[in-house]
Amino acid sequence: MAVRRFKPSTALEFVLLAIFIVAMLFPVVWMLETALKEQRDIFHVPAKVFHFHVTLQHFKDVFASGSSVASGFRNSIIVGALSTIIATGFGVPAAWAYSRFDIKAKQDQLFFILSTRFMPPIVVVIPIFLMYRDLNLVNSVVGLILLYSAFNLPFTIWMMKGFVDEVPGEYEDAAMLDGYSRFQAFWKVTMPLLIPGIAATAVFALIFSWNEFVFAIFLTSNSAARTAPPAIAALVGDAPIDWGLIAASAMVFVVPVLLFAFLVRKHLVAGVTLGAVRR
Amino acid sequence: MSSAIVASGISKAWGEVQALKDLELDVPEGSFFVLLGPSGAGKTTTLRVIAGLERPDSGTVRLDGIDATTAQPAARDLAMVFQSYALYPKKTAFENIASPLLARRLPKSEIAERIAQVAALLRIERLMERKPAQMSGGEQQRVALGRALVRDPRAFLMDEPLTNLDLKLRVEMRTELTRIHRSLGRTFLYVTNDQVEAMSMGDQVAILRAGTVQQVGKPEEVYDHPATKWVATFVGSPRMNMLDCSVAADQIRGQGWSLPNPGFATQDGSPAVLGVRSEDLSLQRREESAQLAGKVYAVEPLGDRTLVDIEIGSQRFVVKADPTASYKLGEPVVASVDLDRVHLFDAGTETAVARG
Amino acid sequence: MAQVLVQSLHKAFPDGTVAVHELDLAIGDGELFVMLGPSGCGKTTTLRIVAGLEQQTSGRIMIGDEDVSARRPSERDIAMVFQFYALYPHMTCRDNMAFPLRAAGRPEAEVKRAVDEAARMLQLEPYLDRRPTRLSGGEQQRVALGRAMVRSPKAFLMDEPLTNLDAELRADMRVEVKHLQERLGTTMLYVTHDQVEAMALGHRIAILNQGRLEQLGTPMEVYDRPATMFAARFIGSPPMNLIEAEVSDGVLTANGGLAIKAPDGLARGAKLVAGVRPERLAISEAGDGVRGRIVSREALGDENIYVVDSPAGQLHVRTPPTVRFPEEHIVTVAHQGAAPPVYDPETEKAVGR
Repeated sequence: MAVRRFKPSTALEFVLLAIFIVAMLFPVVWMLETALKEQRDIFHVPAKVFHFHVTLQHFKDVFASGSSVASGFRNSIIVGALSTIIATGFGVPAAWAYSRFDIKAKQDQLFFILSTRFMPPIVVVIPIFLMYRDLNLVNSVVGLILLYSAFNLPFTIWMMKGFVDEVPGEYEDAAMLDGYSRFQAFWKVTMPLLIPGIAATAVFALIFSWNEFVFAIFLTSNSAARTAPPAIAALVGDAPIDWGLIAASAMVFVVPVLLFAFLVRKHLVAGVTLGAVRR
Repeated sequence: MSSAIVASGISKAWGEVQALKDLELDVPEGSFFVLLGPSGAGKTTTLRVIAGLERPDSGTVRLDGIDATTAQPAARDLAMVFQSYALYPKKTAFENIASPLLARRLPKSEIAERIAQVAALLRIERLMERKPAQMSGGEQQRVALGRALVRDPRAFLMDEPLTNLDLKLRVEMRTELTRIHRSLGRTFLYVTNDQVEAMSMGDQVAILRAGTVQQVGKPEEVYDHPATKWVATFVGSPRMNMLDCSVAADQIRGQGWSLPNPGFATQDGSPAVLGVRSEDLSLQRREESAQLAGKVYAVEPLGDRTLVDIEIGSQRFVVKADPTASYKLGEPVVASVDLDRVHLFDAGTETAVARG
Repeated sequence: MAQVLVQSLHKAFPDGTVAVHELDLAIGDGELFVMLGPSGCGKTTTLRIVAGLEQQTSGRIMIGDEDVSARRPSERDIAMVFQFYALYPHMTCRDNMAFPLRAAGRPEAEVKRAVDEAARMLQLEPYLDRRPTRLSGGEQQRVALGRAMVRSPKAFLMDEPLTNLDAELRADMRVEVKHLQERLGTTMLYVTHDQVEAMALGHRIAILNQGRLEQLGTPMEVYDRPATMFAARFIGSPPMNLIEAEVSDGVLTANGGLAIKAPDGLARGAKLVAGVRPERLAISEAGDGVRGRIVSREALGDENIYVVDSPAGQLHVRTPPTVRFPEEHIVTVAHQGAAPPVYDPETEKAVGR
């Protein structure tokens, strides 16, 4: 059956859609404009929507050396990348083990693993702060990396297990009989087929790490370890508030994840349809 | 004759389910050995334990006399053809077949030569550059076979390789496999749930039921002398007729019928089950001494034969009759029994009772 | 019970495909009439038109003495059993079987009586108060049959009711259907693509091919004397051997020297195709006949089926279990028995007789 294109057939539908679109997109558009407006245009009354002078000063400010936002981005990249790599790097073999082997109380273990995600960070942030203080991990990039990896790991295991389940174990059996060790069989035959799944899992893990706010704001206080979200949030409070800088920071903040997702977009389709289409 | 593969006392459980129970298997060198059983009987598990893909809970696997129970699959020198073929999806047919040789680091020239031989044997030369997705089921099957053959291993393990093929292709491949077996002279351990396949291909057949081997023997032996009631009904179509009875020294008595005891050694009055195949009953012959009288329940003309379903007491049996046989519903008929070909099974243990 | 007449039934679709071509069938009162053919031959379409679930392009359907061609299915006094039972899963079997009568507004006492009667005949009494999902496939099919029976319709229409069952159950249910039909004397119009089922069940079989009637006859007529080469290929397993041969001196001679007895009245020198059933060929080590190589052997226990590659073609031969030859062996195949049916290679129709 051909996919029917949606055409609003009445004026009412059209109006409702238009309102919806405007309501959804307006904040983003406004933020972009704010990032590009000169200081006085930002506060102009009535608000200037179209006719304003474009300036890139705010974006330059974001990356100015010594800027708290710049070091925030630097830390976010380090923490995000490493925690994603660690969580995915451990998650894939763990998922493979759960998928292929008959482990005692497997279902219970998997449920326990998943249940850690039921818990919002704010519930455990105080105990973790106390623990980190004793371990001297407060205000450290390493501390955040460890924490984010631990939080992402259950998710990567769960998601990757779904992907590994989709690849029949018989390929590995055939490879083992051909003469490869179990690891070689996994590496040569199954891994290439898991790339789309790994890409999708990594993107989701990165999104969590990148956007994470609660742990970051509790466990870091200075620019040595502070990541971008708390750094940007901290900009609100100094007087006068540099909205242009905040808006520009937010726009820059969105870019890396969008870029990464774009690079692996072909593999994302597989990830998003995980389990939806059964053999 | 020496044994290529011996499995002793193999037990394997999956959680609550006991897949294999104390399984014993002895595969003679160079034979085409068929493992036959319904789905869920444990055939694939047995093969995987022998291949080293599963570790048994107890028992040993000996290959050419050497204990291989804990050996890695790669070290056992066994080739396996899977039901789903398990061809590496991203590799061409050539690369698939080359895989085992590459794993063993053979020189490229030798690899090419061996693949050429195998491709010629299986007539798959033109498929060499294709990927599995570009091949039909039958072609994939041949490539999977090629990957096994190219290794010249000590034995071939085949897990229902023909199940996914259509009927015509299946009969063709069956013949091809027996031809290859004959020309290679290697040991083939072949698993199937199709008893016609088992009877037609095997030198020896082992019947597997719920994790244990019920009987081992040549196909004709299993057909003519089933060891248990279950084997008797599993092999042969239509199913062997089973009639409840009790046995005395000189007579076998059932519900409204009796036959002379042709020599079964059994205790007086013990409950048993009489088994007789539909082709060993006749509506034409007159054997005054050995007859079963009943009423016609249904008549099924099949062209080359007619199956007549007959009601006797509260039970029924089927007779394979002449194609021209024609009876009315409820008509009284008499079937003569070939007493040389009847079987008796103990009602409790369900094992065959021997003739004294 | 009543007879069912299909008169000049024609069904064409808007895109031009013709599902049924001017079909004429007369199903007798109390007959189990089978429509057999490959998928797409028009058998299911014809059945559905008789039921009223589809509309014919032209032609008439008579049930009993009444022309029902324009009536709705509920007004035709027929009952249908489907391939997928179509039992209501949320009702007990009793309620399932009672449904058609209750839908027709019959008094409850009458409904109870009819359901109990049907249950007794089909031995369904222990299952009456269970839900269909708790029953096996065969039991569900019996309940479906019971639901059809309670209405005491003029005819039963069966759309491949056994196709969904596994092989063993199918064989058992086949016997039950045959027995029941004979006992109750119900008129049954039965559709299947399985020729073994058609042979076992039908009083008469109508072989359909691409919307046309290839042959109508009793099982033995269709088996011994297929009217066309299509029917010859379709009925019988293993398939009938279609051997090209030339007529000479009362004998049909095929390539390689295979001599087949010829029926009377054939022109000398005519090139025809002989339809020889596998049981009419015999294999021996040597002697008169055609030499060939054994290509495959199937051991069925009570018989062996050999395929022999010979100059006369690939021959399927049925032998007793004691006749055993290994594959690749060279043997002689000879014809035994009466003259077989013979076909014109151009028209593919039977000639002579």
